Amino acid sequence: MKLFTISSPPHIFSKNTVSEIMGGVIIALIPVISASIYFFGLKAVTLIITCVGVSIASEYLFLKLRRKKIPREPSAIVTGLLLALVLPPSIPLWAAALGAAFSILIGKQIFGGLGYNIFNPALTGRAFLMATYPVLMTTWIQPFTFDAVTTATPLGLARFYSQSTPLLHLFLGNVSGSLGETSALAILIGAGYLFVKRYIDWRIPLAYLSTVFLLSGVFYLFNPHYSSPIFHLLSGGLMLGAFFMATDPVTTPLIKSGRWIFGIGAGIIVVIIRNLGGYPEGVMFSILFMNSITPLLNKYLPSRVYGVTK
Amino acid sequence: MKRIKRGIHPEDRKEESKEERIKKIFPTRVILPLRQHTGSPSKPLVKVGDGVREGEKIAEASSFVSSPVHASISGKVTAIQKMPHPLGGEDLSIIIEGEKEKRENWENKDKDISSLSIEEIQDKIRQAGIVGLGGAAFPTHVKLTPPPDKPIDTVILNGCECEPYLTGDYRLMLERTFDCIYGLRIIMKTVGAKRGFIAIENNKPKAIALIKEKLKKEKNIKVVPLKTKYPQGAEKMLIYSILKKEVPSGGLPLDVGVVVNNVGTAVAISEAIRGDKPLIERVITVSGSGIRKKANLLVPLGTPFSYIIEECGGLKEEAKKVVMGGPMMGITQYTLDVPVIKGTSGILVLTEEETKKTNEEPCIKCARCLDHCPMGLLPTILAHLVKKEKWEELEKYHIMDCLECGCCSYVCPSKIPLVQLIKWGKLHLQEASLNKTS
Repeated sequence: MKLFTISSPPHIFSKNTVSEIMGGVIIALIPVISASIYFFGLKAVTLIITCVGVSIASEYLFLKLRRKKIPREPSAIVTGLLLALVLPPSIPLWAAALGAAFSILIGKQIFGGLGYNIFNPALTGRAFLMATYPVLMTTWIQPFTFDAVTTATPLGLARFYSQSTPLLHLFLGNVSGSLGETSALAILIGAGYLFVKRYIDWRIPLAYLSTVFLLSGVFYLFNPHYSSPIFHLLSGGLMLGAFFMATDPVTTPLIKSGRWIFGIGAGIIVVIIRNLGGYPEGVMFSILFMNSITPLLNKYLPSRVYGVTK
Repeated sequence: MKRIKRGIHPEDRKEESKEERIKKIFPTRVILPLRQHTGSPSKPLVKVGDGVREGEKIAEASSFVSSPVHASISGKVTAIQKMPHPLGGEDLSIIIEGEKEKRENWENKDKDISSLSIEEIQDKIRQAGIVGLGGAAFPTHVKLTPPPDKPIDTVILNGCECEPYLTGDYRLMLERTFDCIYGLRIIMKTVGAKRGFIAIENNKPKAIALIKEKLKKEKNIKVVPLKTKYPQGAEKMLIYSILKKEVPSGGLPLDVGVVVNNVGTAVAISEAIRGDKPLIERVITVSGSGIRKKANLLVPLGTPFSYIIEECGGLKEEAKKVVMGGPMMGITQYTLDVPVIKGTSGILVLTEEETKKTNEEPCIKCARCLDHCPMGLLPTILAHLVKKEKWEELEKYHIMDCLECGCCSYVCPSKIPLVQLIKWGKLHLQEASLNKTS
């Protein structure tokens, strides 16, 4: 007699998988990775390989020690890539490796692994390095330079030396800064892919970028000594953060109104830190802070249910 | 075009059977369970050894929310015993064996609707054992007896057939157009509704055009083409799409003055009124990559799946799942000994390839389940609370409003059995409230 499979409905499924979504993020990062290699050469290559390698290795070791199954999805690669892309190109590889291990172990695995972490793992690793090695994390080099000629980032120049950087350079990316944040163009190409494939929701990037634009515009109108809104959009880690980190599903709100709140809140924090704070850049803090209130947003924001009247 | 909020677009796979005309089949043995409808099971009126004629009542309704069962073929009652039931488990069933040649001829007479009284119609529908043929199998006479304090102004005839693969309702709209419309008129008269809508998804342009043509001179009945989207055909969704009204949580369509009936039910009503024919057969679709010949069949109730599958050329080697109903809400069968019942809309034989699912992974909070839930629920949160057995929190998240349509499980990239967990949570709460009252 033939044996049939018994299961609860539905019996058909969409082709989406976690691996496919994570793989999609890796594909979307190809333009950014290419730009970073173009601008920073071998330094980019070694930094990326170190971060990705250490991420995979530390996830593997941690799960082996806990006798858990090794996942097949490539989220550890995504974390490693993103961490490399938010580090200064001149950072020593040992420090990058430390950051990658911290990202995976403290940023992700200690919470229970993929899906359970509260903070964006790559940014957790970066925050750790920022706190432990502040000098290494604020030493910048110009693109196409092979010896470390230290310089300041466009945001630093604007904030502390009142020097502006041509917008076209900011857009194309031949400026100093973290490995993958300099070229807005490369980031936008990757973001376009994420949107077309529907891997990310547009609400957070839109809310985030427009809040930065509008609020920095208000500052600029009252006092042109502050940088222009366009400069704010194109400089620093804002673009990379808006499209690749503030869209991480795990650490951002489930409910749509929550995504608006996340984006607007992060935008306000960025402008306040950049224009009034002690740091020239605030993207990392803005996303980590909004990550921390995401569980609250998920729990308390109302959502509209069919047929239910309040 | 009118449409539901959210929902999904699964591959509709209807082209595989939509051109197959409805074909009659003639089994010589039928298994008629006493539980073929929502409500209390019916009570047998026959004993083993009795001779019965096609159309004869063999079990009577046991309460108001119940329905009689009629012999679907002429022959002899050979057993009344527990048999595998397509909704799961075993149930008391009347088995009739007969001969292929002896079939009744049911003639439809022309009957002027205005000459019939409402009570007469309600009684005929109840005596004919008609239940909702869309799948839920709720006794139709109950639906058509709205309480006096709930006036009904609208009847929606549901020809959406939003489940993939199924084409039985589509064929009925093409081949039994007159009966669909006649049935709708009967329903409108019975509940006192002034207007009627025939809702059809826009992947059935032929049916839309044909019915529109037939209704050219009609002022009170309109065809409403709807955007093809699952679960468009769920009552609550239809009412929202067409009337922009929401059925209140825990309520029924009649709370907003609406009655929804399936096109198959309308045809059965038409036959009961015009030909005094009880519900003894129904149209089903046989499809899926695991069956040799796809078909739309008019089958006597009680026909074993095995007989139908033989009629359709048998199973292919790759057949893996046999489903009663559509692929989104249908129920898998472990044996082909189960019979077609009043709520059987189709038999799907699916292959490994068609029903493939990757392993379950942790939720990555992508919110696809929220973005596609037609009711606006938070499936991943509900499923998480069920897993953690936090029963008391489930009601705050309106778990009882879940339609069980399965959109959440369909879209989940982590392949978490969301709707299954939610159903489990609902069941737990229902049992808990029963224990409280008793």
